[in-house]
Amino acid sequence: MSRIEARGIGKSYGSIRALDDVGFTLEENKIYGLLGRNGAGKSTLLKILAGWIFPDQGAAKVDGNPVLKSEDAMGKIYLMSELDLYPDGMKVREAFRYGEKLYPHFDRKYADSLAEKFRLSMKTKVNKLSTGYRSIFKIIMALSSNNPIIFFDEPVLGLDANHRELFYRIFLEKYMERPFTAVISTHLIEEVANVIEDVLLIRKGKLIYQGSREELLEQGYAVSGKAADVDRYKQGRPVIAEESFGGLKAAYFWGEKSPNTLPEGLELSKMDLQKLFVRLTGEEGEV
Amino acid sequence: MIHLDDEKPIFLQIAEGLEDGILSGVFPEGSQIPSITEFSVRYKINPATALKGINLLVDAGVVYKQRGIGMFVSEGAAAQLRGKRKEQFYDKYIGALVEEAKRLQLTKDDIKQMIERGFDHEQN
Repeated sequence: MSRIEARGIGKSYGSIRALDDVGFTLEENKIYGLLGRNGAGKSTLLKILAGWIFPDQGAAKVDGNPVLKSEDAMGKIYLMSELDLYPDGMKVREAFRYGEKLYPHFDRKYADSLAEKFRLSMKTKVNKLSTGYRSIFKIIMALSSNNPIIFFDEPVLGLDANHRELFYRIFLEKYMERPFTAVISTHLIEEVANVIEDVLLIRKGKLIYQGSREELLEQGYAVSGKAADVDRYKQGRPVIAEESFGGLKAAYFWGEKSPNTLPEGLELSKMDLQKLFVRLTGEEGEV
Repeated sequence: MIHLDDEKPIFLQIAEGLEDGILSGVFPEGSQIPSITEFSVRYKINPATALKGINLLVDAGVVYKQRGIGMFVSEGAAAQLRGKRKEQFYDKYIGALVEEAKRLQLTKDDIKQMIERGFDHEQN
């Protein structure tokens, strides 16, 4: 089992409310996308879930055991983080050996094979790696840990297109071979959109949606046409954003199923996850 | 090769892509289709999505599972799919065609000529 429960999690840094009453349940062996803009609270939330930092309010539990009080609970989680945990001057090869000591199920052979696929030099010092290779190194450590719960914090940061592709491929291969609960935190939605099954959407420290990606998308749609027609249509409907261009207008709705028919002259379109995300998390006048 | 876009749920696109493959003979009757893992990794989609798409074909009897071995195209699958697609043909193409033709003030004869041109073009 590896079910995660978060209840009423709150955290402040000075006057900034980083997280506010965040609660959810993560089921075993599902792939979640933790989506939010920069500074929305994604990393703070992952660190609290992993037991790296204390929340001001609330608690996170794994299979009923609070992560902060149970070694067993904390030991199930691997957090791939921005922090560099490795001693100064440690080489990649040594870090893999170090991983074996830290994580009981660490697979060094697999780590070696991934290093070869990504052409990560075993002789390079971990703290001398470029941004992209630092991400690759952290990805390899995370996937090789074989922990039942793995959090990926901005995993593709600094990776070029080929390496991003490779990451999604090996991630899915690993997941199919040995399923685990995955949370991928990212502000780059487009690439991860089809990989994730469920979405956690946070905006300014608040969880604004949890549920399946498909249901999230089903609830969003766009209507465009002449401004007056669109304005008439939007009355009483859940508008989240509008765009005008000349005499034309597009209105974006979220919170109801898209209609089967529209009044004459109006056009219906879908929103993909990226577009929906931008509109749900944007500031007034920003989109 | 299935080309995924954002217009429809991914699981439907996977199902339709597989149907296209069966209809065009890429996956002949009795042949094995790729596994969930292969679909998932190839298209970088969640395995649950791939499974949902393929299960649509399993439920329709077009594809069957053999425990521990894999998934195969059923006998008669192509004929079954052709029948289904023919039924959808009117709604999907003719309805939309007539609607756009009216907007452009094209006559029935204009359309007929275009259809003939289309068929001729195909033959050349």
